[in-house]
Amino acid sequence: MSTLTATVGMPVSRIEGVAKVTGQARYAAEFPLAGLAYGWVAQSTIARGWIDSIEAEAVLGLPGVLAVITHQNALPLQAVDDGELLVLQDRRVHYRGQTVALVVASALEQARAAADALPVRYDPEPHDVLLSADHPGLFAPDHVNPNLPTDTLTGDVDAGLARAEVTVEQTYSTPAEHNNPMEPHATTAYWDGDRLTVYDSNQGATRVHQALVQLFGLQDGAVRVVSEHVGGGFGSKGSTRPQTVLAAMAARMLDRPVRVTFTRQQLFSLVGYRTPTIQRVRLGADPSGRLGALDHEVFEQTSTLYEFAEQTAAFSRVMYAAPNLRTRHRLVALDVPTPRWMRAPGEAPGSFAVESAMDELAEACGVDPIDLRVRNEPTVEPEGGRPFSSRNLVACLHDGAARFGWTGRDPRQGFRRDGRWLIGTGVAASTYPARSMPSTASVALEADRFVVRVTAADIGTGSRTALTQVAADELGVPLERVDVRIGDSDYGPAMVAGGSMGMASWSWAVVKACRQLRAAIIRHEPVPDGGLVAHADTTDDILAQADLVRHSFGAQFAEVRVDIDTGEIRVPRLVGVFAAGRIINAKTARSQLIGGMTMGLSMALFEESLMDAQFGDYLNHDFAGYHIAAHADVHTIDVNWIDEHDDQLNPLGVKGLGEIGIVGTAAAIANAVYDATGHRQRHLPISPERVLTA
Amino acid sequence: MREFSYARPSQPADALTAIAGTRGARYLGGGTNLVDLMKLGVESPGLLVDVTALPYDLVEEGAGGGLRVGSGVRNSDLAANMAVRRRYPALAQAVLAGASGQLRNMATVGGNLLQRTRCSYFQDVTKPCNKRVPGSGCPARQGEHHNLAILGASPHCVATHPSDMAVALAAFDAVVHVEGPAGPRQVPLSELYRLPGDEPQHETTLDSGTLITTVELPALPLAANSRYRKARERASYAFAIGSVAAALAVVNGVVVDVRVALGAVAPMPWRAHLAEQALRGGPATEQAFKEAADAELARAQPLRDNRYKIPLLRNLMVRTLSELLEAS
Repeated sequence: MSTLTATVGMPVSRIEGVAKVTGQARYAAEFPLAGLAYGWVAQSTIARGWIDSIEAEAVLGLPGVLAVITHQNALPLQAVDDGELLVLQDRRVHYRGQTVALVVASALEQARAAADALPVRYDPEPHDVLLSADHPGLFAPDHVNPNLPTDTLTGDVDAGLARAEVTVEQTYSTPAEHNNPMEPHATTAYWDGDRLTVYDSNQGATRVHQALVQLFGLQDGAVRVVSEHVGGGFGSKGSTRPQTVLAAMAARMLDRPVRVTFTRQQLFSLVGYRTPTIQRVRLGADPSGRLGALDHEVFEQTSTLYEFAEQTAAFSRVMYAAPNLRTRHRLVALDVPTPRWMRAPGEAPGSFAVESAMDELAEACGVDPIDLRVRNEPTVEPEGGRPFSSRNLVACLHDGAARFGWTGRDPRQGFRRDGRWLIGTGVAASTYPARSMPSTASVALEADRFVVRVTAADIGTGSRTALTQVAADELGVPLERVDVRIGDSDYGPAMVAGGSMGMASWSWAVVKACRQLRAAIIRHEPVPDGGLVAHADTTDDILAQADLVRHSFGAQFAEVRVDIDTGEIRVPRLVGVFAAGRIINAKTARSQLIGGMTMGLSMALFEESLMDAQFGDYLNHDFAGYHIAAHADVHTIDVNWIDEHDDQLNPLGVKGLGEIGIVGTAAAIANAVYDATGHRQRHLPISPERVLTA
Repeated sequence: MREFSYARPSQPADALTAIAGTRGARYLGGGTNLVDLMKLGVESPGLLVDVTALPYDLVEEGAGGGLRVGSGVRNSDLAANMAVRRRYPALAQAVLAGASGQLRNMATVGGNLLQRTRCSYFQDVTKPCNKRVPGSGCPARQGEHHNLAILGASPHCVATHPSDMAVALAAFDAVVHVEGPAGPRQVPLSELYRLPGDEPQHETTLDSGTLITTVELPALPLAANSRYRKARERASYAFAIGSVAAALAVVNGVVVDVRVALGAVAPMPWRAHLAEQALRGGPATEQAFKEAADAELARAQPLRDNRYKIPLLRNLMVRTLSELLEAS
């Protein structure tokens, strides 16, 4: 076999890049089908109550209208846990913006006009849409996501706090935030007899396949989900969303292909968002900053349709060596859309509170914020006591400090100035779980090419390219001889692109399949009729893993400039250093980390979904009202990773990169704003208004 | 489907005739606001009369050293015009502070003046709004209003006018030339807009069907020392939360002339006459600037969540005037 340079680790450009920029890459709403009809949702204008009547007849005569699907005529669906998917099944209205009808027409514009004109009458009830820490409906959920204990307790936190010579006790909050991927959620569905095919925008075709099988009561083989190209998700496409069910239902009822695409505005009520959080953090330490107690209590919301419990305090369970450690989550079910995953669910909001509190503790103790973190570095998992598979937070902090020029930082606040700008610097730590989940993959030798099939998703991250590198190296062939086909549920079950588990899970199955095929070739096994092919399933491998705590870690540094007159904040410089195991593709990895930190900057300064208490919806539901960082807000973002080898993860030692970039960014910026101004910002986003009135 | 007709006349008379003959017809400039409002269902015109082929696409020298800006001039072209940049720098700065490059390439001067408020309630047809449906109520007073008016509002409407450009034009005493059913007319910018009172649906003093043809910038040597400063919630592509257009002339430490207009605080670009009066003939000092700002803002009537605009606008006025003092 020829000697080939390994491609894993190299900055390989996206394989589908040309297809995307030339418009040849097809997204879910772009598949042309004969006889295609278009569905448009009519949304409730009350936040709680009942549909009294829907006058479908009033619009059925409008040009092009084919059907009005409501609770009165909708196809019955089989029960599933996720109430958001049981569309049009009853009269109940759970939130403002809920789908109350799907109007189907020959043209998109016709469907839209008819949906807007559809008369719907309601029996409204008073709604309850505002989260507060003293809401009478707060309860302890059975567990928090993904399946973690709601509360944990090690030692005696109250006694630890009472003994502490230095304490920080503060409340922090983060607002509701919406994922807003570039590509809105869309599905094109058609039935061929009893076999359903959907072109669907999602982060994992396997999960969508499973949901459709359940909802429509079908056999496994009767559903195919195709998601070859996906324009981002940030968690909002991590499981099936209602447009998929609506399109499949309408296609069945009308016996023709139907497409349902949500608008940007509709995404603000129909596909999820990050729950707002209220977080009480109590830290107790000795004068050197060594923690004696850490208490992290979280209040957050869910809907009345589905219990979604964000694991916000999970961050505190792994970060610092506090002998007395308590974490608690309390949830209230409000008349709001169901919150869902959004990039680094749990750790993103949780790290804002705890990493801000650590900065407050550093100041209270007169200890440098980096020294404080190093001083509280645990040797084992603080909650539970299990060993880490690898933990390189300290290395990230020190490497980042050197890159950023942290050493010698003046601890005084509010005195560094450049004209009308106040200048400050801040640091925060990052972490995210590094999990691998069962997946299957196959690789076949077809003519002179190796074809890998895995139900992975490439939501813009570069996973197709990274998996090609993985397969090429394992097979010992150049990249050009490998075709990686993804996003098709017919390839067999695989993990979603979510929770930083995509590459860690898929690469394992691909490596396993490639090694099997290579072994078969080396053994000169006779080629069977169907060609040479190897199938792999990692379920047993993953069950056999040792009981370790597997996390990536990182350190983020921010420099900010605060306008004295307007409170406007600029971030000229962010530095991030990450320990995230093996990096498969240096180019797409760097892009993903820059993206995460940019989203963290956006979370720190801009993003906020405003709940309109009178009407019960998120009011600023477009890009003019919901601000995401613009190019002018993003300056130097310096991304680095340390060389980390962890043989307790998966064959390649991959930890995953999707989330960690956003974890800690907001705290680093908030801490820098404190350094610049002397005013602590405990509520996001840090708007000019908050700076001016501090 | 909401069908509409479309015409793109090249002669002003044809535009006026087309509009006059059709109920609910609208002039269409760059479409950067009207098309959005059509998609939202806020506007549903039966006829769009595209005015971008009319002969109003030039910036020309006006009488006595002023400029005449055609209503169809694109924002990008206005901001790039050397005469504007030299003689009315605050106007170029204001235009460049607005929207995005793509929008500025489309948006026209006339359309910019007549754009509608971005109040969330106005833009959501499922909610009440006195401006959109007279008498339906104003949820913004109790609801979300952190970027709505502190000056000139009424119990019926607290919307702000969103333009940056118009703030600079207000400072420079621009005059709007219009053609209408009753013939040509000139309207000082200060008289173009109406405060909402109890009829917030009426936003301007123009009769239905009136077409803006030209915006005249009078000769104003003072304007060469002018600035536009906009505060916003992100570095670009955001409406102002407060802005100031100002021009200052100082001789021997005394303010001989001054212009100040404020944006994002009122239903119209807000000329700060009280601040100007306080400054004219007095010392050009930071203390005087503060007192002038306070004089203007003393009549502000903030709501629950927009009080921050008072210190914001005060700081913006003081800073902008201080910078102009340094530059003068």
